[in-house]
Amino acid sequence: MSPTLIQAGSGSLSQPVIAVENLGFSYGDNPVLVGVDLTIAAGEFLGLVGPNAGGKSTLLKLILGLLAPQTGSIRVLGRAPCAARRYLGYVPQYPTFPRDFPISVEQVVLMGRLGLGPPLGWYRPADRAAVRTALAEVEALDLAPRRIGTLSGGQLQRVLLARALVGEPRILILDEPTANIDQRVEGDIFELLARLNARLTILVVSHDIAFISGFVHRVACLNRTLICHRTDAVDGDLLHRLYHADVRAVAHGH
Amino acid sequence: MSEFITALIEYDFLRTALLAGLLASIGCGVIGTYVVVKRIAFLAGGIAHSVLGGMGAALYFGFDPLLGALIAALVSALIIGGVRLAWRAQEDTLVGALWAIGMAVGILFIAKTPGYSTDLMSYLFGNILLVRQRDLWLMAGLDLALVLTVALFYRQFLAVSFDEEFARLRGVPVTFFYLLLLCLVAVTVVLLIQVVGLILVIALLTLPAAVAGHYVHSLGGMMVIATLLGIGFTSGGLALSYGPDLPAGPTIILLAGAVYVVSAVLSGLLTRRRARRLAQRPGPRVPGARGTLGPAGPSA
Repeated sequence: MSPTLIQAGSGSLSQPVIAVENLGFSYGDNPVLVGVDLTIAAGEFLGLVGPNAGGKSTLLKLILGLLAPQTGSIRVLGRAPCAARRYLGYVPQYPTFPRDFPISVEQVVLMGRLGLGPPLGWYRPADRAAVRTALAEVEALDLAPRRIGTLSGGQLQRVLLARALVGEPRILILDEPTANIDQRVEGDIFELLARLNARLTILVVSHDIAFISGFVHRVACLNRTLICHRTDAVDGDLLHRLYHADVRAVAHGH
Repeated sequence: MSEFITALIEYDFLRTALLAGLLASIGCGVIGTYVVVKRIAFLAGGIAHSVLGGMGAALYFGFDPLLGALIAALVSALIIGGVRLAWRAQEDTLVGALWAIGMAVGILFIAKTPGYSTDLMSYLFGNILLVRQRDLWLMAGLDLALVLTVALFYRQFLAVSFDEEFARLRGVPVTFFYLLLLCLVAVTVVLLIQVVGLILVIALLTLPAAVAGHYVHSLGGMMVIATLLGIGFTSGGLALSYGPDLPAGPTIILLAGAVYVVSAVLSGLLTRRRARRLAQRPGPRVPGARGTLGPAGPSA
């Protein structure tokens, strides 16, 4: 018998980690996405911006396989989105759980390990070790025994990020991770994401194009259709076309 | 109370009743915790009431009513779960309809059952004193099934209760576990019908876990405390009802309700006092909500 070769990654380097082609989706007779093409290369840090109801969250849900495309196709790591979930880490915009749920931060982060071990029984020591590593990475190790409902917005966001990281993803997907926190913490979180980008492909949705352009490599503007820009090309004219209104671009010093 | 203890030594049926309360408490503690944290009390109520349809049909066709109840509870759990998954928007209307339809079917069957009309009241409000020895074995078996299922899939049930979307992303078959959870609720309803009847089931399914939730902040802890509280309520209610010859089911429920009200007021006061103490303490960080209380005394 020949020895098994361990492949690094799946496929060649040139293969995109996310490939969206001619994607269309509508809720009822209200089209949300029309003819969307998007290619994300391994190691990229892509910002997805656009007005409210422009289809950003819908596009994420399609990439995560929570919704099925009505036209066109999505490949994630060369597979159907449902089959690639194991390699995706997801941070939702709003916590989708009740704040008074009787659960500790450690237990919440442990949920990110579901699907990695055997399906029956309890978490293993390796899972708990991974939780500590992930919490340390987002600088929230001291929060581990706290009840989830006692965290501030910024602390909660770090914990949800740890929950996404603990599953050892290859792609990190964040939906407005800084929507409910103040700007100083927002900067901290994006600096953390920039560090994580050294080993992960990151797709982040934001409403604040001017702010994220200081961190991401490329900005994709989505308002039913999608246009990509390099970050240095983001200016008032583009913002105007995207939002159909005057938007002040705020220069952030870092 | 001493009268009750003497009677307990003397009468076999009283010991059986006490044991039935104990067995029912395991189900109400473990599954009641999920009902409370996942906020599916209304769905559980729908399952409980539509069980009458199955009990009526079992009587009419000459089966064991408890077996009929079990089958009806499982069927209605799957229907209600399916309704919720398929027509999320009208969930409450449809569950309410199933609730009433199940009862109507049951009452028609009971009305048409030939011979001496069975005691409808004991199905609706339970009669713990009528629990038979062999019912205890069925109850113990159901408890074992409940506890084993929850122990094996603890992580999945926790994930599905806490955050369905994230659970789905981690590859947990959410629909399957949601329906399984409703089936466990159905089994628990059948356990509790023996003790308090199907009208009052919902109180015993929610109150012990809700009281536990006032003081414990982990799912496992809530299950243990709720089970112990359930044992306290059923045994205490049975003892209180014995002397003045009151029906046991309603006495158990009133005891549980009274403890819940007192506990809700008490925990509200404790939370407010803790918040005041934290506000007086210097330092920016809010410590963990529990275990940070110093010795009593509001002076600062």
